[in-house]
Amino acid sequence: MSDGHALPTTPTPAGFVPHEVAHHYNSHVQEYQSWKLAFWLFLATEIMLFGGLFAAYFVYHDLYPETFRVGGQQLDWRMGSLNTAILLCSSFTMALGVRAAQTSEKGKMLTYMILTVAGAAGFMVVKYFEYTAKFSHGLFPGAYFNPHGAYADAFAGLSGANIFFGLYFTMTGIHGLHVLIGAGLILWMIKRGAAGRYHSGHYLPVDIAGLYWHLVDLIWIFLFPLLYLVP
Amino acid sequence: MGGVFALMIRLHLWNPNTNPTDGLFEPDTYNQIFTLHGAFMVFMFIIPAIPGALGNLVLPLQLGAKDVALPRLNLSSFYLWLIGTILAVGAIVWGGVDTGWTFYTPYSIYNDRSVILMGAAVFLIGFSSIFTGLNFIVTVHKLRAPGLTWFRLPLFIWAIYATSVLQVLATPVLGITLLLLVFEHVYGIGIFDPQLGGDPVLFQHMFWFYSHPAVYIMILPAMGVISDVITVHSRKPLFGYKMIAFSSISIAVISFLVWGHHMFTSGQSEFAMFAFSFLTFFVGVPTAIKVFSWVATIWQGSIILSNPMLYALAFLIIFTIGGLTGIFLAILNLDIHLHDTYFVVAHFHYVMMGSTAVGLFAGVHHWWPKFLGKTYSRFWSRVACALIFIGFNVTFFPQFIMGAQGMPRRYASYMEEYQPYHQLSTIGAFVLGLGILIMVGYFLHSLFAGKPAARNQWGGVTLEWQSPSPPPLENFDEDPVWVGEVYDYSHLKAEEMSR
Repeated sequence: MSDGHALPTTPTPAGFVPHEVAHHYNSHVQEYQSWKLAFWLFLATEIMLFGGLFAAYFVYHDLYPETFRVGGQQLDWRMGSLNTAILLCSSFTMALGVRAAQTSEKGKMLTYMILTVAGAAGFMVVKYFEYTAKFSHGLFPGAYFNPHGAYADAFAGLSGANIFFGLYFTMTGIHGLHVLIGAGLILWMIKRGAAGRYHSGHYLPVDIAGLYWHLVDLIWIFLFPLLYLVP
Repeated sequence: MGGVFALMIRLHLWNPNTNPTDGLFEPDTYNQIFTLHGAFMVFMFIIPAIPGALGNLVLPLQLGAKDVALPRLNLSSFYLWLIGTILAVGAIVWGGVDTGWTFYTPYSIYNDRSVILMGAAVFLIGFSSIFTGLNFIVTVHKLRAPGLTWFRLPLFIWAIYATSVLQVLATPVLGITLLLLVFEHVYGIGIFDPQLGGDPVLFQHMFWFYSHPAVYIMILPAMGVISDVITVHSRKPLFGYKMIAFSSISIAVISFLVWGHHMFTSGQSEFAMFAFSFLTFFVGVPTAIKVFSWVATIWQGSIILSNPMLYALAFLIIFTIGGLTGIFLAILNLDIHLHDTYFVVAHFHYVMMGSTAVGLFAGVHHWWPKFLGKTYSRFWSRVACALIFIGFNVTFFPQFIMGAQGMPRRYASYMEEYQPYHQLSTIGAFVLGLGILIMVGYFLHSLFAGKPAARNQWGGVTLEWQSPSPPPLENFDEDPVWVGEVYDYSHLKAEEMSR
């Protein structure tokens, strides 16, 4: 909680909608801190959830190291790198957006958040091209794994390829779902932000959407080397 | 519903059913019944019971807060639970689940597809549990009354706090495990399926990584209730307050490191078995600290044998038996013999039903006058408590004996020499059921025709007793401030002496 010192201030700056503290809190600082702590805990649950997937990944990497090496080569590291760059940049714009909300700079905040959503959309487009390429080669997950031609040769004599692609699609799929949820949250922030609801006195929702977006980025930072660059 | 399934199981086992189709139910139906009994009781009753029912009411009051920190999240957690339960009932209607509540692979991959629905149900209920835990942690951190420092918190709060940490950290792993199980059905991801090169034991590891901490999610809140009930009805500060508080936390920590003791016969390295066995013994230490502290609190206290206290005493006896038999099961060579027998069944019923449910009853009897502002029948509550205690022991003690003699769990038929034990157990189950029925009866009576209760029915000194009974919308007439130490009965004693 590096920004723990930056607490919302009163009064509401001119031209913005004042925020009403829920009746069971004693102060808006108490409300802000409660939500912030709650969201950090929620992020911990997300990490535990992906932790289960990572554990499964490591178990099968250990069982089928050669398959995972060959599997990683079938994925396009250029596309993966592009997506990594996109997510990192969007995380940066999101952080700038949160900062702009804290300083009540509405126009800047909206611009940065729109850039972030654009990043999310770009990520999903790249993901779409990657998925369709895999499907056209018959690299389906799990039981439907049925590689064509050269792809069948690559995995000749190796078992566990179905599991590699099962994990690939499951992990990136669940991550992609998080990207969509994050983008949805930020869109909602844009709508309400445009109405003047977020300012130096109340930027909690933007802050939280930002934290969520950084988590989405962070998980990808682990997924990318594990899946695309496995040695 | 879970209870009715239990009685159906016991009725079925009245006869040995040497010819499997002779029984009250077909063997497949029997499998579905015990699965649903397990799944309903674990996921829909015991895990949410104390935090959901008592925690939501007692926790903000004991903290001097107007409400929990995130009331809307709390409501959504109830809706998630409701939707999950409806889905689970749907799974019964759609064809029934017969995997046992543990959904072990590979069997759960190849049987009926209603496992998908059941998995989704438990997934949703898991999120309900996460949200509750998260909410409680935030409430304890941020909404304490002025002056109420960590070491002045009632021990119920400490126990709920430790439980919440477990809920937040362990439940997501169950979520992803069940999601993977669903994917296994949908597109054969293969990681739990040996035919596709997967490892079914991985499922057990991931399942028990949640489900062992879940055992403590069930028992810790009950321990918290008992701590509070015992000190109030003994009119004595808790012996070893800090030790009990820390033991809750250390139980929570160690519980993450013992899951392998469910898998001594599943194939693990010898070193892992050794480590898990040792750590399982180790979890007995903080547990014993609690039991000794409770007994030491009662010692030389001014004991009032009120109804909550009777339940607390029943808890002490039952939990000690349940806890000690757990140590038997932690012994590696003994577990090889006892694994998957009725000994295990009896052990976890002593801990879950006998301790958690009795702890819940103690808590409900303790706080009922507070929240509803009504008293209940003293006479009938004693009768019910006696029936529950006797019925429970008659049901499950024989199961220790037949388990030690080798009766395996989950079988729809058995050899004739076990019949007396099974019949005794069935009789006990109905006595227990009668006790609970009586309890429901007098609570309903109290609800509609109970006499008004006092503000401080039992002479408790924690914050909830300073609020009117029943508490108003924002819990207190004016924002409370805490002064002095926790569980300080000195001024109460002076009052009683002067009378």
